[in-house]
Amino acid sequence: MNYSWNWAVLFSEPYLQWLVWGTLMTIAISLVSWVVALAIGTVVGVLHSTENAWIRLLTRSYISLFRNIPLLLQMFLWFFVVPELLPDAAGTWLKRDLPYPAVATAIVALGLFTASRVAVQVSAGIAALPPGQRMAAIASGLSMVQAYRFVLIPQAFRVIVPPLTSEFLTIFKNSSIAMTIGVFELTARTQQIESYTYQGFEAFTAATVIYVTIALTVTMVMRHVERRGAIPGTL
Amino acid sequence: MSGLDFSVITDALPFLGKGLMMSFMLTGIAMVGGLLLGLVLAILRLSNVRFVSAAAALYVNGFRAIPLILVIFWFYFLVPLAVGRPVGALHSVIIAFVLFEGAYYSEILRAGMQSVRSGQWQAAKASGLGYMQTIRLVVLPQALRKMAPLMVTQGVILFQDTSLVYVVSLHDFMTSASIVANTQNRIVEMYVFAAVVYFILCTLGGAIAERLKPRRARA
Repeated sequence: MNYSWNWAVLFSEPYLQWLVWGTLMTIAISLVSWVVALAIGTVVGVLHSTENAWIRLLTRSYISLFRNIPLLLQMFLWFFVVPELLPDAAGTWLKRDLPYPAVATAIVALGLFTASRVAVQVSAGIAALPPGQRMAAIASGLSMVQAYRFVLIPQAFRVIVPPLTSEFLTIFKNSSIAMTIGVFELTARTQQIESYTYQGFEAFTAATVIYVTIALTVTMVMRHVERRGAIPGTL
Repeated sequence: MSGLDFSVITDALPFLGKGLMMSFMLTGIAMVGGLLLGLVLAILRLSNVRFVSAAAALYVNGFRAIPLILVIFWFYFLVPLAVGRPVGALHSVIIAFVLFEGAYYSEILRAGMQSVRSGQWQAAKASGLGYMQTIRLVVLPQALRKMAPLMVTQGVILFQDTSLVYVVSLHDFMTSASIVANTQNRIVEMYVFAAVVYFILCTLGGAIAERLKPRRARA
């Protein structure tokens, strides 16, 4: 193997700055997409747990549509296809006037994709609760909305912290796919460093270390959340 | 919006078909290779030798912490360097996928092997089987049957993940669709068509996974 090492390249300008900006971009789009995914995923998951057949048909369609198309292609659909299919004015606005179109598109695509996975967990969490909880809530005079708001959702969320942790970890990794529509996140930045300097070993090692650090941090934070949120008397 | 022209798809079918074959081939190789590697990793991870299980855990958790695109870049860069000459994207991508999938399949297999009740291990030991015999004759057959639906689900995810070879311009189905979309300037038609194809194939895969589930566990 014939390779000249130069670890200093990682700490020289502009490459150090590229790494920092790339890391911040990865964290930013992942966190914002995660908020989108939690919000929409909770709504879809709750609706999916109801008994209305029409609503369940809709939620099942949402889930299977977003789960059965590769995320890379979903990014392309939101970025290249949707602006063409919208009425002219809206399409033009998306293409010309929306600030940071690639970043915004990546967040929409990543958020809606992850929402379908969160929805599955939320509805499974609600289904896993003892049926007595729903009955008791209704029997004590709560409306269906109140029963979900005060009894079912709070308990379900505490049960599904471990699978949600895994989805949360995945969103950071999936955010790398945003590079295909031109978002300069961490993977794109290190690939850029590699093609400018030919120091691929150093660049990809840096990315690996940063991704592993993110994963360890998320795991630790979520373990804390799990402990704090554990329902007393269970486990 | 005006002038959708879907004839571009029929014209490009042979090219797209070749791309789809590439996607299937990558999925197949990564699945078989990943399962074999995953099996070795799972057995190592359940080993009583602390050093061996820790090394296997490091491998699995390391690969699971980083994005597949980064793994693809790593091997696209490393393999020619190790071989000493350019080898083309395909070889690097195959190595990347097998090593990456091995980490995921090992977790599925480990969960399956751990779900085999301890009485089975004890009974196997009591009837005179060695460690490897117990795994091969008693534990694995049960674990594989139990985990079959999950392995198919992982296969569907893997099939979708093969689209990421786009980043090294290997001509799989996704890259081929994108090439046609851009050269023929038929972006809407091609990407919608590609989405429909992926959707149908992955839904079929999901249905197979559902059929493999034991009757009472079916949703």
